[in-house]
Amino acid sequence: MNARAARLRWARRWALAPGLLLLGLTLLAAPLLGQVYQPPAYGSDFPLIGSRNAIWIVAQVHLMFAAFVLGVPMFAVVTEAIGIWGKDDRYDRLSKEFTRLLLVAYSATALLGGLFLFLLVTLYPGLFAYLSEIFHISMWVYAGLFFFESATLYMYYYGWDRWKEGWAKLGHLGLGVLLNVWGTAVLFIANAWLTFMMSPPADVAPDTSPAMVQFWSAFANATWMPINIHRLIANAVFGGSIVAAYAGYRFLKSRTPEERAHYDWMGYVGNFIAIAVFLTLPFAGYWLGREIYEYNQQMGVTMMGGFMSWLWIVQAFLIGVLFLAANYYLWLGLGRIPGGERFVPYTKWMLAVLVIGFMVWATPHSMIADRDEVAAMGGTHHPFLGVLGLMSAKNTAVNLMILTTFLSFLMYRRANKIPTVSWAKTGTLAQGTILAVCTAVVIFYGIYGYFVPTLVRIGFSVYQVLAVLFTIVAVIGLDLLVMRKAESRGPIRWGEMPERSQYALFVLVITFTWLMGLMGFARSGIRQHWHVYEVMRDTTAHAATPALGYAAQVISACVVIFLLMIAFVFWIGGMIATPTLVAHEEPVVVPVRGTDPGPDAAPGLGLDPQPLPAE
Amino acid sequence: MRERLRHPFWQGALVLGVAYALFRWGIPYLPPLLGISSAPVPRSVMLQYMLTVLVGILVWVSDNEERWRRFKEPMRALLVQPERRVARGAMLVVLPLLVAFVTYDSLRPKISAPAGLRSVHPANPTSITVRGEAMILEGLENPLRTAGREEEAVELGFDLYYQNCMPCHGDYLDGQGHFAHGFNPLPLPLRGGGTIAQLTESYVFWRIAKGGPGLPREGQPWNSAMPAWDEILTPEEIWAVTLFLYEQAGLSPRTWEEH
Repeated sequence: MNARAARLRWARRWALAPGLLLLGLTLLAAPLLGQVYQPPAYGSDFPLIGSRNAIWIVAQVHLMFAAFVLGVPMFAVVTEAIGIWGKDDRYDRLSKEFTRLLLVAYSATALLGGLFLFLLVTLYPGLFAYLSEIFHISMWVYAGLFFFESATLYMYYYGWDRWKEGWAKLGHLGLGVLLNVWGTAVLFIANAWLTFMMSPPADVAPDTSPAMVQFWSAFANATWMPINIHRLIANAVFGGSIVAAYAGYRFLKSRTPEERAHYDWMGYVGNFIAIAVFLTLPFAGYWLGREIYEYNQQMGVTMMGGFMSWLWIVQAFLIGVLFLAANYYLWLGLGRIPGGERFVPYTKWMLAVLVIGFMVWATPHSMIADRDEVAAMGGTHHPFLGVLGLMSAKNTAVNLMILTTFLSFLMYRRANKIPTVSWAKTGTLAQGTILAVCTAVVIFYGIYGYFVPTLVRIGFSVYQVLAVLFTIVAVIGLDLLVMRKAESRGPIRWGEMPERSQYALFVLVITFTWLMGLMGFARSGIRQHWHVYEVMRDTTAHAATPALGYAAQVISACVVIFLLMIAFVFWIGGMIATPTLVAHEEPVVVPVRGTDPGPDAAPGLGLDPQPLPAE
Repeated sequence: MRERLRHPFWQGALVLGVAYALFRWGIPYLPPLLGISSAPVPRSVMLQYMLTVLVGILVWVSDNEERWRRFKEPMRALLVQPERRVARGAMLVVLPLLVAFVTYDSLRPKISAPAGLRSVHPANPTSITVRGEAMILEGLENPLRTAGREEEAVELGFDLYYQNCMPCHGDYLDGQGHFAHGFNPLPLPLRGGGTIAQLTESYVFWRIAKGGPGLPREGQPWNSAMPAWDEILTPEEIWAVTLFLYEQAGLSPRTWEEH
């Protein structure tokens, strides 16, 4: 018994020490129980293509769809409004046809958005936690807006035939406007998040807790509004170009003259809206670039002069292609307009301006050259062509290309009309004078820019832009007055368009899509190895900014994926209903607002008289 | 002959030939006749220009139905007319050979270094450390200019330039110093609108202070022989050289925009 008691005492004594040690350790670890869970900065790498490529591709394709679903409602509302005030049912049908496609495209956008979010949460949890700490309220609002947007879209589409007369029709148009309001709000909110990553407020440092970042200063950061405007315009352009490409595809597949006429006309309208809005895009882009430079010189130099500068040469090439394709389409279109032949001799001179402008715009400041060529030039700057590499030359070239494209539209607009007002010649002369003065102003500031300090030269581009914008508005204004009660030389022969013209529409949409990806990479890539510029560093193996060739491959893959998906959307859209086609018959008069439409009255704003529909 | 000159196909061919001659020989040799320096156009730019002209010609010949039909006539005749059998056969031999030669020529191993993409201006860092002192480049002004010591500083910069920079960048600041031809790429010319005229003084200060070794990793290889002058000159001396460069070249530095 004694021996047993002794063993027990011994056991208690020796058990006490580890027990106390365990208790001590538990107490030491007690603060851990009070700690909040910290998500890891990164999830495990995405298989095969890596996390960065995965998020890049999904974000880019989502963005392309988002541009489509935001751009097409703009297109739809504009064409519906033209249909209402022009009393032309074709525009209304066109608008409805595209809104139908929106229903399918909307789902694809939402699916891609969801995928993007899941990838962000699982691959970059640290970044997402940081952003959501600052922007959580706007994220809730963002999600909430989708309910309103979806409801409005459904009412807009399904109420089309119900609300088609009188005030109800105006109410329906109001729904379309509201759809755009929701879409724009969604766009602006998402833009705040991405622009914060690019240009966080100056008082946000790496050690600033996200909870301490002021919401509004983070939201309305330096590049937020320039991106908003730039994307808003670009979306409208994108919507128009997609419509035009869809029409081009259907035109090539057409079996009857009616189909050809309908899709020829649809392609023209889509192209018109895309190019007309596109003409304002360089100005918005210029503002964005200037804000970036102003926000951070290093970022600006990386973008315009550093390794991203080659993207601008690629961009110049692609925009040159856009200008050529758009003008080509218009010049071919002159062949189906009675009276269009009188403008044909001028197109070669306009083409010369475009080609020379294209060459100037795409001339690199620092040229790709081997060592012998570099030695012969005395560096990578060509001693003679080097002047074309500066912004003075490039701004001049692009403004002249814009003016030339505008002139093509003007020719197209006037092709089948005979003015009847007594002062028609004077008006036309005034239009020519305005165009000539504008050209002189653009060239003058282009040359003078070489003789003044850089900051003054930057200011000159504003004068060039204002001169071009003023000219566009003034000449169109005059044209509307000159062409009041104009006589018609005959209806446009819709459908009588060579098939090669439709490939110009495909070139346009592919180029726009590619440009979105490439320049989106430039905007995002100038952050380099930062998730949030100079605040949160990318510490993954993918932190290095990708080389341009590699980036071009990824972006091209995104473009192919998007075009395949959008082709699927069109196919599905085609199954929902068959569009009503237009017959190849008598022209319908489209009155200019505020004028009395005569039997051959001139159309407003370049959108021409249409053939009657086959009911 | 006159008939051919009116034919769109031959007009297009003529424009293409004239454009080639202009880019190949006109640009390097015509401006020097007027006292303007020039050089041969690099192959990459030549290709770019010729492609643009070719696309322009194709747009022109096909933007009108009648012109497009006439443009295709000679090609169609060559491909289908029985009396053109010999020419057709020759074309079927010559064309693949030409393609094969171009492919061979572009792929064969060459001893020259490949053409490189060089950035226009390397991107500057936000801040640099010069002799232990951190300097934030954003918004940084030349202290000698703001202190009103310009005249004295220009003189100092003059001496320093001729002691240290002139052998490469030249007496005339044109990048043609007597050592210049030992380097490839050549030292940059500091005159004209293409280099320092576009830059802020803080940027020029950074380039002088950190030289080739301080260039960013992006855009490598830079192959720059420019030394890091902050190991030899004091910050004040570098600012003085900067001031002298603008003074001597008759240029104004880019200024910071006012917010």
